[in-house]
Amino acid sequence: MAALSTSRLTRVAKGSTWSALKRQFSASSSRLATQKMAVRDALNTAMDEEIERDENVFLLGEEVAQYDGAYKVSRGLWKKYGDKRVIDTPITEMGFAGIAVGAAMAGLKPICEFMTFNFSMQAIDQIINSAAKTHYMSGGAVPVDIVFRGPNGAALGVGAQHSQCFAAWYSSCPGLKVLSPYSSEDCRGLLKAAIRDPNPVVFLENEIMYGTSFEMTDESLSKDFVLPMGKAKIEKEGSHITLVAHSLAVGHCLVAAKELAGKGIECEVINLRSLRPMDDEAIIKSVMKTNHLVTVEAGWPQCGIGAEITARVMESTAFNYLDAPILRVTGADVPMPYAKSLEEQALPQAFNVITAVKKTLNVQ
Amino acid sequence: MLNIARFAARATLVGASETIQRTTACYFHRSSIIQSSGSNPGRFEDKPEFPGSRSQYVSKLEFIEPESQEGIPVYRVLNREGNIIEESEDPKLPKEIVTKMYRDMTLLNTMDKVLYESQRQGRISFYMTNYGEEGTHMGSAAALDPSDLVYGQYREAGVLLWRGFSLDQFMNQCYGNAHDLGKGRQMPVHYGSKDLNFVTISSPLATQMPQAAGSAYAFKLQKKDNVVICYFGEGAASEGDAHAALNFAAVLDCPIIFFCRNNGYAISTPTKDQYRGDGIASRGPGYGISTIRVDGNDPFAVYNATKAARKTCLSQNRPVLIEAMTYRIGHHSTSDDSSAYRSVDEVSYWDRQDNPITRLRHFMVNQGWWDEEAEKEWMLDARKRVMKAFAEAEPRKRPSPEELFNDVYDELPPMLQQQMKEMKEHVMQHKEHYPLEQYEKMT
Repeated sequence: MAALSTSRLTRVAKGSTWSALKRQFSASSSRLATQKMAVRDALNTAMDEEIERDENVFLLGEEVAQYDGAYKVSRGLWKKYGDKRVIDTPITEMGFAGIAVGAAMAGLKPICEFMTFNFSMQAIDQIINSAAKTHYMSGGAVPVDIVFRGPNGAALGVGAQHSQCFAAWYSSCPGLKVLSPYSSEDCRGLLKAAIRDPNPVVFLENEIMYGTSFEMTDESLSKDFVLPMGKAKIEKEGSHITLVAHSLAVGHCLVAAKELAGKGIECEVINLRSLRPMDDEAIIKSVMKTNHLVTVEAGWPQCGIGAEITARVMESTAFNYLDAPILRVTGADVPMPYAKSLEEQALPQAFNVITAVKKTLNVQ
Repeated sequence: MLNIARFAARATLVGASETIQRTTACYFHRSSIIQSSGSNPGRFEDKPEFPGSRSQYVSKLEFIEPESQEGIPVYRVLNREGNIIEESEDPKLPKEIVTKMYRDMTLLNTMDKVLYESQRQGRISFYMTNYGEEGTHMGSAAALDPSDLVYGQYREAGVLLWRGFSLDQFMNQCYGNAHDLGKGRQMPVHYGSKDLNFVTISSPLATQMPQAAGSAYAFKLQKKDNVVICYFGEGAASEGDAHAALNFAAVLDCPIIFFCRNNGYAISTPTKDQYRGDGIASRGPGYGISTIRVDGNDPFAVYNATKAARKTCLSQNRPVLIEAMTYRIGHHSTSDDSSAYRSVDEVSYWDRQDNPITRLRHFMVNQGWWDEEAEKEWMLDARKRVMKAFAEAEPRKRPSPEELFNDVYDELPPMLQQQMKEMKEHVMQHKEHYPLEQYEKMT
C-alpha cells in the first residue's frame, strides 16, 4: 500500500488520510514526527549537547551567561554548566575574539558569540588574520578550532549599523568555513557540525528566524545529528526555474514558489545551507534541469553571493543549458534605513522573487 | 527602635534588608565616628557605596596630576661595569647558565649581522635585527620552563635560540626553503616552533596579546602547571588589543606574564609621541595587575623579575606586567634607515655605554669566567657556525609548488584539489618555462 512509503509525495500531503494511515502503519525511522522546535531552541540544544559531549567546548561572549544571551539563545546554559563553560566577557569584540583564538590555539574549542555580526567588524582582524590564516601560515602547526556565531543581516527596525549582511565578506576568505542555516533542522545539524569541525567556522544566524518553529524528525533531534558542510538542500523540487537562496531568503522563495505554483510555474528551491564550501554541484545540476536561475539574498548586490553563483554557473557546463540570463534579487544598494516603510523597500520580499521569476521566464 | 520601625516600613520600596542594614549601621557607627573623625566632627563618615568603588570620600577639589606621581623606579641588579649592586639580589646563576646567556646573545648578534647583510645583497627579502635587546630575551627565557608558551611580537629571536632553535632553522625560515618549518608561507623572522612552544609570529601588532590571555585561560582550565609569556613593544601597547588583553587577563585571572620591551622607538615614533603617561608600567595597576619596571639591558634583573612573576602567576592564577627598559640599537628593519629620525651619536652612545652583551661580559670577566682569549676564540667559532648554516641554507631547494594549496584547511577541499591538479598539468606542459630544479619535486 502506498501509505507505507516514505516518499516526498506522502510527506507533503500532510492533512490527508494517507498520512493519517501512514502514522499508524509506518515503521520507518524517518516518519513524520509531530515535534516542533523553534530556531532559538535548535541552537540552544545543539550547544548544550556539544558542551556536554566535549569538555573542551565552551561558550564566550557578551551577556551569554547570567542574562541567558542577548537573544536568549544560550538560555539555561550558564545555570547548567557554570562559569567555566559559559563566560561573560567585557565589552571588546577585538578582545574576546582574540582571547577565543588564543584559547583555540592552546587546544580548547571555543564558541565565540557576537551579539550581532555587525560588531564582528571590530574583531575582524582576529577572525581573518589570526583564525582563518594561521593554520596555513604556520605550515599546519597551529590549528584554530573555533566557531564564531551570532545573528547576521537585518533584524527589523534597527538601522544601518545593526543590519548588515556579512555572508559575502566572510565567504570570500580562504581558511574559513561559512555556514548560513535556514530551518531549525539546519541550525541543529550545522551548528553541531561546526563545533566538531577542527577549522575556524563562521556561523551566520538570523534574528528574525529565532522565534520561528519547524517540524523536526526524530533523527534531527538525536544527539549525534550532524549535517555535512558544503551540501545544499532542495527544499522543493520543480522543473521550470531554480531559485537559490540562503538563510531568511529561503523562506521568501518558498512563499513565492507557492504562489507561482498556483499559476502553473514549478520552482525548484535550493537552500544553500553552506556558503563556503558552496554546493555548486547542486546548483549546476538543477540549472541543467530547469534552464533558468534566480538567486535571492538579503545582502548588498555588489560582490554578493548571487554574483559568485552567477560566475560559477557561467564557468560550468550549466552555461549551455541556460535559456535566459541569471537574475539576482538582492538587498538595495544603500545602508539600511530605519523607517519601517523604507526598510521593507530595501529588503527582498516574496513579490520581488515572483517579479524576477516572471521576467526570467518571460511571462506576465 | 521606633526609628528603625519607620525605616522598615519604607523598606518594601527600597529594599528591606539593605535599608535596615544601613540604618542599623548608622546607629551603631555613630559612637565610633565621633571618636575617629578628626577633620569632620559630628559628620557621618560613610564610605562610597557605588558598585566597584573601594575608597573614601574627600571634600577638597583636587585632580591627580600625572607629574605629581614620581616615575616607577627601574629595578637593576648589575651595573654598567658588570658589578652586582645589592648582594642579596644576585640570582647566583651557575657559570654554565651565564655562559650560555652570553654565548647565545653573541651568536644571535652574529647571525643578525650576517642575515641583515644578506638582505642588503638581495639574498633574502627582509630582516629584523635584535641589537641591544638580547638581554631581554635571555634573561626572561632562562627564567621560564621550556614548556611555558611564548607569544612574541617579532624581536624575540633570542628566546627561540635559548630554547634550542638551530641556526639552520632560523636561516631556513628566512630563505623559505623546503626545510622551513613554516613551509615557505611567511616572510623572514616570522618564526614558530611547536616543539619549542613558541607560537608562529603574526604581523598585525598586539593581536597576540588577547590570544596569549586566552591561552593562559585555557592552561588554567586544563590545570596545567605552565604560564604564558607575551612579548610586545611599547608601541604595540597603544593598540586596542593591548587594553583588552590586560583588562581581560586581570578579570579572568589568567596565569600570564605580559613582557613589554620598551626600546624607545616604534619604527620612527619616539616614546614621547607614543604616550604621555609614565610608560607602560604605570598602566598595570590601573588594570589591577602586579607590575614591575626593570633594566632590560641587565640580564640578571630581567631574570629575577621573570622568575618571581612566574611564581606569582602559578601560585595565585593572576597576570603580571613587566616593563623592560632597553634601547633599539639597530634599525626597525631592513626597510628602515633610522638615521632619518635619530642621531648616530645617540645610537653609538647606547651601543658603547649600555649594551647588554658588554655588561654581561664585564661580569663574567670579573668572575674570572671569561677573558680576551676566550672571547676571540668564541667569536671566531660563532662566525664560523653562522657562515656554515648560511652556506647550507641558501642553496637549499624551495618547497614543492603543491605546498601552495595545503593547510588552508585541515584537509584539502575538492576545489583546491582541482586547482592543484590544474597547476600540475600546466607546469608539466610548460616545464621549460619554470625553474623546477630550484624546487622540491612535485608528487
